[in-house]
Amino acid sequence: MDIHEYQAKEILNRFGVGIPQGALAYSPEQAAYRAREMGGDRWVVKAQVHAGGRGKAGGVKLCDSDLEIQAATEAMFGQKLVTHQTGPEGKGIYRVYVEAAVPIAREIYLGFVLDRASQRVMIVASGEGGMEIEEISAEKPDSIVRATVEPAVGLQEFQCREIAFALGIKPGMVQQMVRTLRGCYRAFRELDATMVEVNPLVVTSDDRILALDAKMTFDNNALFRHSQILELRDKSQEDPRESRAADHGLSYVGLDGNIGCIVNGAGLAMATMDTIKLAGGEPANFLDIGGGATPERVARAFNLVMSDKNVQAILVNIFAGINRCDWVAEGVVRALRENPVPVPVVVRLAGTNVEEGQKILAQSGLPLIRATTLMEAAERAVAAWRADTQRNPNLRAV
Amino acid sequence: MSIFLDRETRVIVQGITGKMARFHAREMIDYGTNVVGGVVPGKGGETCEGVPVFNTVKQAVSETGAEATLVFVPPPAAADSIMEAADAGIRYCVCITDGIPAQDMIRVKRYMYRYPKERRMILTGPNCAGTISPGKAMLGIMPGHIYLPGNVGIIGRSGTLGYEAAAQLKERGLGVSTSVGIGGDPINGSSFRDVLEHFEQDDETHVICMIGEIGGPQEAEAAEYIRSHVSKPVVAYVAGLTAPKGRTMGHAGAIISAFGESASEKVEILAAAGVTMAENPAVIGETIARVMQ
Repeated sequence: MDIHEYQAKEILNRFGVGIPQGALAYSPEQAAYRAREMGGDRWVVKAQVHAGGRGKAGGVKLCDSDLEIQAATEAMFGQKLVTHQTGPEGKGIYRVYVEAAVPIAREIYLGFVLDRASQRVMIVASGEGGMEIEEISAEKPDSIVRATVEPAVGLQEFQCREIAFALGIKPGMVQQMVRTLRGCYRAFRELDATMVEVNPLVVTSDDRILALDAKMTFDNNALFRHSQILELRDKSQEDPRESRAADHGLSYVGLDGNIGCIVNGAGLAMATMDTIKLAGGEPANFLDIGGGATPERVARAFNLVMSDKNVQAILVNIFAGINRCDWVAEGVVRALRENPVPVPVVVRLAGTNVEEGQKILAQSGLPLIRATTLMEAAERAVAAWRADTQRNPNLRAV
Repeated sequence: MSIFLDRETRVIVQGITGKMARFHAREMIDYGTNVVGGVVPGKGGETCEGVPVFNTVKQAVSETGAEATLVFVPPPAAADSIMEAADAGIRYCVCITDGIPAQDMIRVKRYMYRYPKERRMILTGPNCAGTISPGKAMLGIMPGHIYLPGNVGIIGRSGTLGYEAAAQLKERGLGVSTSVGIGGDPINGSSFRDVLEHFEQDDETHVICMIGEIGGPQEAEAAEYIRSHVSKPVVAYVAGLTAPKGRTMGHAGAIISAFGESASEKVEILAAAGVTMAENPAVIGETIARVMQ
């Protein structure tokens, strides 16, 4: 789960990380008022969306007066911010953060991640802040400093000092850097984050170390023990179909194609998408309805897939292991009788009692297209989609 | 014997009185697995599916001589249950639980390293379908009847995709020595490489089939190991060619976040190490059959 920049900053600040003075606003008037309240003569207003790359996309503006702030935020509120991380649909701006501008002497990149190779928390830092880590690794790989944390004892001071000296922090400020690093680590560790990124972490000309931007991602599997983090969830930043699916315990990812997929199991779902592509089609989504494939889940899955208006054919691929194919077939038939779908549906069942399952599908009287193998299913779904778009050319997605 | 478990291996189920655990304990017993007990704190002294329930894993080990365990405990308590098994002297643990916090798994792995290698428990999973040595024993939730006994060793992250492969083999009359699910989580007990090491030593395994997916470095790590240490033919399929970067595809670990983690890069890395690639999931069985000839 992602949170906003201002929320990540508040959290990190509680763990001892320095941040510039700032305040949140829900309207242009409030933004201007926040600046007057704060004082000073220069502010940065930042659109709060769950994506990086806001600066280049016009979501961050430097302002010298409250009138400028009002004008800048009027152009932001209610708009969609499109950055290289949001996709073409963008993310809605409903909150802005007003921050006192600080005199920057240098910028540092700081990231805490779950490193899957060492299976530990890893710190990644570079003196080349302000650039994204992908760019830094491509252009200045030698500037990157790494350290892994021994889980039994946590991040040690000497590790923080090593990083500070490697980044060229002057001796008088090393303790401040140690406090910053340990604060980020404790926030990561205690709140079950999977990523903490401070980019840039700045050294100011008056010798302060401040998080100028901050991003935190939390482990969805650990939210059960962090109700205060769960409260920070902002559904306006999520794809509505994906959040609806998640609320029903289904795992859905929307894509750009036309063939909707309903599959049990994540690996098989990915494999089904790959086979559709191989057969000449494009999958409209990833959808794992879970190992069980109960009739209720199948019905919900049809609703979910059909809520994507680009879907012009559906491929159902269920490997019934413990559950039998006849039971899954009954679920499919029931779901389609109660809520008929206006596009061709290809069903491929495999596993236990496959013959009985096929019989139920055949005798249902529904216009289902049946398939035996995965490849056959994908080919039939692609063929059905092509035939359908030829009959109804106006259906074709642009 | 086959790797990890055999007909005689004494098995317990942690969390056996839960509805799903109970169902699968029954399936395991019916398959012929030597289930000797269960562990549920506070329910010691009861009987479940015909086997005694104990309060602690240590009690279960001392009274039944249990060597292997299936952890079927909800996510908040699963990591603790795995560590309890490791401390009680269990030799092999399969954890089915989906949804264990990643940092809990980091601690579990660190904890297991307290024990010297010869006494260290082997963990596969979490978030996996389990391990089966067809015709001998099953420690998991898979449908046992789709596997024929044979000489193909399967290692996979996904449950149902692994079933798909086993079913394709069965259609061709080919069987499986052992199928091991390593699970879809970012921090897992055993990697492809760890299990490859066992299959390489196993006389019953003639060909190894790896079923990978996007995300993480373990397929690349396996390729490196295969190049220098595996003499048996390896066939592999990697799911997720159409998966977009930066999105989690169902499994917590199925996310492309770094170089080398996409399906096409993994295919390239494995092929370069001499692995025979199944180009699509529909030809996994066919590709293995061809390699076995």
